[in-house]
Amino acid sequence: MAKVTFQTDLCKGCGLCVNACPKGILAIDTDKINKKGYSPAVMTDQDKCIGCAFCATMCPDCIITVEK
Amino acid sequence: MAERVLMKGNEAIAEAAIRAGCRHYFGYPITPQTEIAAYMAKKLPKVGGIFLQAESEIASINMVYGAAATGTRVMTSSSSPGISLKSEGLSYIAGSDVPALVVNVQRGGPGLGGIQPSQSDYFQATKGGGHGDYRMIVLAPASVQEMASLTMKGFDLADKYNMISMILADGTIGQMMEPITFEDAEVATYEKPWALTGTEGKRKHNIVNSLYLKPDELEAKNFERFEKYAIVEENEPMWEEYMMEDAEICVVAFGIASRVAKNAVVAARAEGIKAGLIRPITLWPFPKKALAAAAEKVNGFVSVELSMGQMIEDVRLASGCKKPVALCNRAGGMIPSPDEVLESLRKAQKGEY
Amino acid sequence: MAVVFQKPKSLADVPLHYCPGCPHGIIHRLVAEALDELGIEGKAIGVAPVGCAVMAYDYFTCDMIEAPHGRAPAVATGIKRCRPENIVFTYQGDGDLASIGMAETVHSAARNENITVIFVNNAIYGMTGGQMAPTSLPGQVTQTSPYGRDVNHCGWPIRVCEMLATLEGPEYVTRVAVNNVKNVKNAKKAIKKAFQNQIEGKGFSLVEVVSACPTNWGMTPQKALEWVESDMLPYYPIGVYKDRSAAKEEK
Repeated sequence: MAKVTFQTDLCKGCGLCVNACPKGILAIDTDKINKKGYSPAVMTDQDKCIGCAFCATMCPDCIITVEK
Repeated sequence: MAERVLMKGNEAIAEAAIRAGCRHYFGYPITPQTEIAAYMAKKLPKVGGIFLQAESEIASINMVYGAAATGTRVMTSSSSPGISLKSEGLSYIAGSDVPALVVNVQRGGPGLGGIQPSQSDYFQATKGGGHGDYRMIVLAPASVQEMASLTMKGFDLADKYNMISMILADGTIGQMMEPITFEDAEVATYEKPWALTGTEGKRKHNIVNSLYLKPDELEAKNFERFEKYAIVEENEPMWEEYMMEDAEICVVAFGIASRVAKNAVVAARAEGIKAGLIRPITLWPFPKKALAAAAEKVNGFVSVELSMGQMIEDVRLASGCKKPVALCNRAGGMIPSPDEVLESLRKAQKGEY
Repeated sequence: MAVVFQKPKSLADVPLHYCPGCPHGIIHRLVAEALDELGIEGKAIGVAPVGCAVMAYDYFTCDMIEAPHGRAPAVATGIKRCRPENIVFTYQGDGDLASIGMAETVHSAARNENITVIFVNNAIYGMTGGQMAPTSLPGQVTQTSPYGRDVNHCGWPIRVCEMLATLEGPEYVTRVAVNNVKNVKNAKKAIKKAFQNQIEGKGFSLVEVVSACPTNWGMTPQKALEWVESDMLPYYPIGVYKDRSAAKEEK
């Protein structure tokens, strides 16, 4: 059981977390636009998250918190 | 107890700096000021200080910047071409409002110029040198004694106003030997809450910086800094007046030129020419009030300079162009003789400016 | 549930101004994590460069100073010589460290100045809009090498680590990259070691971090990281170029 939280308003939608995720459960939500005007990264299937923190490791804006 | 010693001007600066509590010197060799570095290299390690020869003038002024930012009393010294290289750092130090002492033992220019004494960095020292709106306190010693006393004064003013103090000397005073006295002076200390010392987790971080990307912030910072400069202009001008009580011709000269000029004033008096001397000790702030007062009573001014005529512009400005101003000058490392100055006073007596 | 990853305390809680996907943010975080883990944030004094990271002084919670372009190692020298008890680091880009500031870099290394230098090499001038850097690759198209870097005209890129490793002076010179999770983790170890060296008084420690500039390279962030692997790392191989203490231990 693991949990990934994004500070969505600070996300710049670069997608590096999406590519880093070994489970393929992160995505850029192109339907949304955050305060900065970017489409942010979102978790698509929290249950499959293994809490490896690869997403956070690659996030240039340090907006991801991982709990396990 | 006051101590009387025979010293070279450059060494007097170094010794005075140590006595003023300066324990950090960063520099790069250049004639005719290298004795300062050599003295520091010898003495500082013995008093727990650091002498470091940098790879360039640029590096040394930036070491001064870093050291000054920690709130440490620090200095560098150089001569004209080296000061040009340091000018980038001077602008950053001024733009960050940290105190430092910088010595320029001037030599002839422009370019590589020569190694003989000159005063042709007056503009560079008093009008900028580096980029942007900023001022430095510029002190012009005219004797080995003043090399020492103005160095101590310079450190104090730098700390008092968080500014650069520049000792604008010349190769003559740097190289010559005179007996001087070191008074036992108390070294004043100043609070430096802005200093980089590490937060120790007890305060918000300090930032020493000259970058303000928002133009309104940068403008406000400039106005704030110039309010400080106005206080310096009000409180800190220093000058010497010699035989000015009844003078009809006012000679204006600083540094080594003022000593020649003083002799010429004495010789002129012997010929019945009522000459007097105003010697600016601070070139910035320029002793404007003294010049303005003189302009009310003298017939004219003679600016004696080891340059093509730089201070003469400030003499004209400070005297409100009320009276004519003549230039008596030598350049390139040459020094006028008292007779040359006397000749210009004779001309002034005849109304030839 | 326990927190396994969060923003380090030494990284200020403000949004970074960097472009989307710019690895500066990753490298800032690695520096901040090192400060946190070694417990030296309160003693640290950082020197920001001129370049994209010019405002690094807003991002680290320790005391900071902003240096003139290329002069960070000289400024750091001044600080460290006055306050040897503090931990002093510079954070510089390739233009700052390897072009205008090369003399300061080489001489602070030669003096084995006890400072930590974080050198971000992304082969381009970012802040000014994508001009050729001293580390731009042969043939690399930039604003000032629009037909590709012609080495016969403007010379060859400089391999800083290899060059500094020839000096007696420096303690530790290493090159890492931040183009994937494994490399980021190794970069973290190197940065931490570079600070640990300073704590132990070992001297000049430089970590070159091969990074990316998606915006000025004209690539997506992910594509830029792939270009690091395919083009940058062959020219700038990852590795430890000098580690005096380790070499001594081996003997």
